[in-house]
Amino acid sequence: MTVIEPRVERDFEPAPEQFGRRSQAWKNRLFKTAMLFSMFVAFGTLAVLLVDTIVTGWPALNSQLLTGLPSTLPEEAGGRPAILATLYLGALVLLLSVPIGVLTAIYLEEYADRTRWWNRLIEVNIQNLAAVPSIVYGILGLAFIVRGIGVGRVVLAGGLILTLVVLPTVVVASREAIRSVPDSIRQGAFALGATKWQVVWRQVLPAAIPGMATGSILALSRAVGETAPLIMVGAITYVAFNPELFGAYTALPVQIYNWTRQPDPGFQTLAAAAAIVLLVIVLSMNSVAIFLRNRYRKQW
Amino acid sequence: MKPHRLIMFVSAAALALVSTACGGGDDAGGVISADGSSTVGPFVTKAAEDFKAEQDVDVTVGISGTGGGFERFCAGETDLSNASRSIDEDEQALCEEAGVEYVEFRVVTDALTNVVNTENDWATCLTMDQLKAIWEPGSKVANWNQVDPSFPDVPLKLYGAGTDSGTFDYFTDVINGEEGASRSDYSATEDDNVTVQGVSGDRGAMGYFGFSYFEENQDQLKALEVDGGGGCAAPSIETAQDDSYTPLSRPLFVYVKQSSFDENEDVRNFVQFMLDNNESIATAAQFVPLSEDQVAEQLATFEDATA
Amino acid sequence: MPPAVVIEQPAPLALPRKRVRWGEQFVHLILFIAAAISVLTTVGIVISLLLPALDFFREVSPVEFFTGTTWAPLFLDAHFGVVPLVVGTFVISFWSALLAFPLGVGVAIYLSEYANQRVAGVLKPILEILAAIPTVVLGYFALTFVTPLLRDIGLDVEIFNALSASLVLGVLLIPTIASLSEDAMAAVPRDLRDGGYALGADKLQVSTRIVVPAAISGIIAAFVLGFSRAVGETMIVLIAAGQLAQITFDPRETIETMTAFIGATGNGDVPTGSIEYKTIFAVGLTLFVITLVMNLISIRLVRKYREVYE
Repeated sequence: MTVIEPRVERDFEPAPEQFGRRSQAWKNRLFKTAMLFSMFVAFGTLAVLLVDTIVTGWPALNSQLLTGLPSTLPEEAGGRPAILATLYLGALVLLLSVPIGVLTAIYLEEYADRTRWWNRLIEVNIQNLAAVPSIVYGILGLAFIVRGIGVGRVVLAGGLILTLVVLPTVVVASREAIRSVPDSIRQGAFALGATKWQVVWRQVLPAAIPGMATGSILALSRAVGETAPLIMVGAITYVAFNPELFGAYTALPVQIYNWTRQPDPGFQTLAAAAAIVLLVIVLSMNSVAIFLRNRYRKQW
Repeated sequence: MKPHRLIMFVSAAALALVSTACGGGDDAGGVISADGSSTVGPFVTKAAEDFKAEQDVDVTVGISGTGGGFERFCAGETDLSNASRSIDEDEQALCEEAGVEYVEFRVVTDALTNVVNTENDWATCLTMDQLKAIWEPGSKVANWNQVDPSFPDVPLKLYGAGTDSGTFDYFTDVINGEEGASRSDYSATEDDNVTVQGVSGDRGAMGYFGFSYFEENQDQLKALEVDGGGGCAAPSIETAQDDSYTPLSRPLFVYVKQSSFDENEDVRNFVQFMLDNNESIATAAQFVPLSEDQVAEQLATFEDATA
Repeated sequence: MPPAVVIEQPAPLALPRKRVRWGEQFVHLILFIAAAISVLTTVGIVISLLLPALDFFREVSPVEFFTGTTWAPLFLDAHFGVVPLVVGTFVISFWSALLAFPLGVGVAIYLSEYANQRVAGVLKPILEILAAIPTVVLGYFALTFVTPLLRDIGLDVEIFNALSASLVLGVLLIPTIASLSEDAMAAVPRDLRDGGYALGADKLQVSTRIVVPAAISGIIAAFVLGFSRAVGETMIVLIAAGQLAQITFDPRETIETMTAFIGATGNGDVPTGSIEYKTIFAVGLTLFVITLVMNLISIRLVRKYREVYE
């Protein structure tokens, strides 16, 4: 019987990296370095981005930015209309995308007969829509909502477009949430004589809500940060009044975009400051979503 | 908080937020909408700002370009159309077809400026022929030493107005002899700020736009003098007003819908405001103000239109 | 003795016919309508792109459009070759994928195989934050920080260039690729790993030779998704990559992508009915078809390589 003695050299790291040829050890080290490098690039860039933005924008981060109106002079410019419009758009998207998205998810998970071609079509459709670039939604919006229905370049149009952009995401997240509810819950309810809708409304939905909420908030935060579709449907350059549902508007990301392009360094600072505000809005939404996910994570 | 309650709370908050957007708000009598040239844009924006301070009326200003502005104007979507050239035949026909009557106002003068990078120490004055050689359709000039043999070997990077821009129409007409005739391999944009960024970022870069964009960014750019046949002249308020900066000094226009004049008092007030305060607005926005005679002329047009 | 149970009436041999519950039917209908909205959206996209695009192709030959190498649609001497825009898009996507894919998979392997629960619990949310940064902020960062940085280290990039945009876009894609790959790796059953360890493999060997191949369908899906997102990205390239449609593979030069063209041309307004208006739709249609095809390929690939574990 041959005894295989593992080579144990104490200056190297302990097994299992020791098994095999010596080259294995440095391969491991190389790989680990490569991985740490990846992490470093990702997180390092994030850190640099945040620091750079905050440092650049700090001087302009004052109440004027939050409460003032835009101006041709950077010292006097503010972003109130843009910030308000962003909040309104967010509210609109929330009100529209969540019900439609959740209902669609319920339909696909609970009601749809998978063998029917139209249901398969809907499924594939949603997957495809999730992959469509947001600017194409902007073109859609321009053709149908701004021009077609003739609503014009108003807040409502922007809200509708953004809803369509995030709808697939809400649907996917809601489906995941519904799927994670064990079937035994449904079966138990059916056994007690509940109708399908009763099962969904009273058993499945409440259990799936945390997952849906997380997904919706993440989708919402994405909608709030979207710029391209809004550019296409005409978020105008200079808007110096509070936005209304059927009024002209400019949203915070678009305002940042406009300010970025002004070479006057004063506007660059302003753009950075506005970016801080936008980041605060987006990141707090994300934090709420993550918090919800952790808090309400159910173990079945 | 139970999930159900959380949802109620969030929906209520969202609804509340949206309902504040519906109606309410400080709606001090209609919004005047202006769109068009990005050259004229800063002037009208400054006027809008001052006007709001004085009369609390809102004016929105877009920068779709002169051509884009006219299309919207003739579709009845805007009250004012800003233009860095006068309305052309096709656009006139479009407006006529749509039944949109308008009044043309010359509101301010511009000195179309050629700019180069601040590190460009070899070029000071270019002749019309040189400009044409650089910008004409099919031009293969890609290096400064092709512009003038005495210039160093530095690649020439071009930035300029996009084709929807009145600046483009005017520049090509004057430099190349035909409106719209231009080489196409340059960074074209309706937003002149991009040109500023481009030229200030590249040693061998060159671009063109309205005078106010140069004035705003003097420390990042250098303006070239132009020899229009009478010697080299640098763009400035004086040379534009006394016509020594030819042929690149040009009038800038605002077209006003007649029906807006008739139906909206704020529109009348705004146009009058732009004319009465022409000098202060122009100076603040870095434009060349109208001379007194020119102002009087425009006021006469205004009186006729609003009679 | 327990009392006898008296059955009054035996259960019928056949259950009564189910009566129609109208409330349920109504609910079913409502839900179907909600789901149909997504279909309507797709139909809307197709129509809004197709009709003006067809109109465009009546004036400009599709051959010239798809094979022409000069994109100068709005000039007097107009050229409608979309190739420079497509090349621009792919240059950006290529470089950003080149950055994002290895790094993304590396991060995924680390999180899935090497990091412990606590560390992963901290790092994953941070990755999500990275993914949530609005692209307009990233574009601004590319223009004002990355481009000067590249110049400082001697790379001689133009003020608007493909490299800055690609780098930033690549970093944006890392979380997407990482999280999808990590999900795929997490789905690989423990038994496979344990088997590998039992045979004497170390972590590297298990990760690269067992887990990754097992999760390959998910990783490929992640890659295609990441690439497709790069193709569709607008703001970063609009702000930082430029508006000069030229065919070049040198990332230091200025280029124009399909999305940047649409965004810049549609900025504010387009004159309806003009040839310029229609170019937006022709390019938009091209973009839509490209992302659609990539998406279908990804679905196909996933299905083909999916290993189903019990």
